[in-house]
Amino acid sequence: MHRADRLRCLAALTGCLIAITAPALTDAQTSGQPSADDEKPYRVGSDGTVDWPTFNGYRRYHASCHTCHGPDGLGSSFGPALADSLKTLPQEKFMEVVVNGKQDGEKKMPALGTDFNVMCYINDIYAYLKARSDGAIGRGRPAKYEKKSEEAAKAEETCMGSAR
Amino acid sequence: MPKQLCVSVSALALAAVFVSQPTAVSANDDLAKLAKDPNQWVMPAGDYANTRYSALEQINKTNVKNLQVAWTFSTGVLRGHEGGPLVIGDMMYVHAPFPNTVFALDLKANGRIVWKYEPKQDPNVIPVMCCDTVNRGVAYGDGKIFLHQADTTLVALDAKTGKVAWSVKDGDPSKGETGTSAPLVVKDKVLIGNSGGEFGVRGKVTAYDIKTGKPAWVGWSMGPDSDTLMDPVKTTSMGKPVGKDSGIGTWQGDQWKIGGGTTWGWISYDPELNLVYYGTGNPSTWNPMQRPGDNKWSMTIFARDADSGMAKWVYQMTPHDEWDYDGVNEMILVNQRIGGQERKVLVHFDRNGFGYTLDRATGELLVAEKFDPVVNWASKIDLKTGLPERVKEYSTRAGGEDKNTQGICPAALGSKDQQPAAFSPKTGLFYVPTNQVCMDYEPFKVAYTAGQPYVGATLSMFPPKGKDNLGNFIAWDATTGKIKWSIPEPFSVWSGALATASGVVFYGTLEGYLKAVDADTGKELYKFKTPSGIIGNVNTFSHGGRQYVAVLSGIGGWAGIGMAAGLTGDTEGLGAVGAYKALSNYTQLGGTLTVFALPQ
Repeated sequence: MHRADRLRCLAALTGCLIAITAPALTDAQTSGQPSADDEKPYRVGSDGTVDWPTFNGYRRYHASCHTCHGPDGLGSSFGPALADSLKTLPQEKFMEVVVNGKQDGEKKMPALGTDFNVMCYINDIYAYLKARSDGAIGRGRPAKYEKKSEEAAKAEETCMGSAR
Repeated sequence: MPKQLCVSVSALALAAVFVSQPTAVSANDDLAKLAKDPNQWVMPAGDYANTRYSALEQINKTNVKNLQVAWTFSTGVLRGHEGGPLVIGDMMYVHAPFPNTVFALDLKANGRIVWKYEPKQDPNVIPVMCCDTVNRGVAYGDGKIFLHQADTTLVALDAKTGKVAWSVKDGDPSKGETGTSAPLVVKDKVLIGNSGGEFGVRGKVTAYDIKTGKPAWVGWSMGPDSDTLMDPVKTTSMGKPVGKDSGIGTWQGDQWKIGGGTTWGWISYDPELNLVYYGTGNPSTWNPMQRPGDNKWSMTIFARDADSGMAKWVYQMTPHDEWDYDGVNEMILVNQRIGGQERKVLVHFDRNGFGYTLDRATGELLVAEKFDPVVNWASKIDLKTGLPERVKEYSTRAGGEDKNTQGICPAALGSKDQQPAAFSPKTGLFYVPTNQVCMDYEPFKVAYTAGQPYVGATLSMFPPKGKDNLGNFIAWDATTGKIKWSIPEPFSVWSGALATASGVVFYGTLEGYLKAVDADTGKELYKFKTPSGIIGNVNTFSHGGRQYVAVLSGIGGWAGIGMAAGLTGDTEGLGAVGAYKALSNYTQLGGTLTVFALPQ
């Protein structure tokens, strides 16, 4: 793909990123949690219920990322354990690597900037991995999660819709 | 390596094999003859019928307990080691996962390296391999070793020197197309299938000219008749003509172009009928809501003419797949008495948990029974229509998008994956490595981007309720569809089996054990723990009057990705299995060939 095309593509995707992020932020603000928690991209209730974006991040991670980065963000011989990486890797850097890829000798992270299955949900995937990294959720599928909100469904429709 | 020496050693090795072969004989005649010599192991499954059976008898039920390691060889590669070595004359050919190194080893010198070939491949191919960077082995024919690389290149190497004779690119990894399957040499052609069903790759089998590498025919899994090589009238399914463009009609719009049905399993061949047999994989995506219709000819057994590629008959086992039950597992060709009649049959243990016995000349369905009693997605297969009777509770289609359908057995791994079974003509039984894993399956919306995963579902896997073992090694009677005996294994059995004339059956386990059992009873006769988990296939050969058993260990593959880090989660099934421990407590990565023999 030419650079200009690619930038247009990214711009479109960034648009849907913002759209899909909005409900998550709104939820966090209305949940009345202390401001320190508001900075966290995920929410885990006292009974272990995770917010929809974090759960969705779990699903999307295990469809698009885990063959290299291992189940539950634990890494493999090809990809680093993102549950560890995110302890130090800032969100902006994480996004940059996902969008543009990275080469480290024989190891290659593909550029996913044009992959709707990743980019439409990148904030969700980040939220999930950050929750894993902080130890806020354990391994495997979160047992309890909030329902998909109408906003999330609409944002998905908008973002994924542009793929067809 | 001193070049002079390699040539002389290999020339000697091959001279022994070819000394009596007239030059006019086709590669196939050579191979067919070589395959009859139990001292060698000349094709991935041992023979064209894919029986993985050996007539060797030196290692028997009484002395197998004395088996010792004769020598070992490290491939120098981590990750999953599927497939197994070939033995031709004095040479053994060992392959490795990406970067797909091939070694020619001198059996006269405890496996000294005669030559080594390591292709230069773009590492971009790694992230587009769904289930580890496995390779299921090389093939031999016409004095060449054929390697199907991860980047889809099929390369022909001079068997004596390792020099490249020709090389051809089969597909485009930038679109997610990869190579993992072992080639099969049939007459003057080399056949390979493709991988990439998780990337919307359209499946095909291609036959290349053995001398030049030029494609002779390409048989696609879906598309118009000119692509699928089907005749609307002469090609049949369940005894009826398939009709015009049957590879398009059961798809919405152009979805067949990214329809999956890749062909990454094994190929077998019946020289009398001149038909090749193989199965096709899952339709893309894993979200059934996004691809209404039967999705023909994914999940299908194909019988094709070896010369022209024309499809003689097809049978779709799982129309409109909702669980990722690829139909790629091996087709074993044997003659057995069914209903008092001697039949030429094809026996296939599908991912969907049913063991199928078909007439391999006509495609008539004779037997279809569960080879694991926990299978629950379908109650039975209707032998008249060939259709499974689905159980709504376990239908992910009925569940719908964003709904987690729970407790489906088997898991997407299948009751059995590609790890091939063996057949012994002495007992008339099939020896089958199986998985006993169930799953929750939640489909969700995905968009297709060329070269990016096109999965559309998330899965949790766990043992069935009330069970604490994730696998069994079973003996199966294909004439009746009944399990004769079953050995529970703590983990899925992901290794290809071997049956021998002396009544000993071998297989490997994910913890790394090579096991020998009694073909009649399943009684364990011997076990040895190799350096890593075994997902390779056991073979046997003899050299200098001594019988050897060889197996690659090296944990990985789908089992390695899903299981090496341990199955966890709050699923009920796991809760019931407190003793379950992660596989990583038993074994670590690393490719090693271990060769066994009796003490001298």
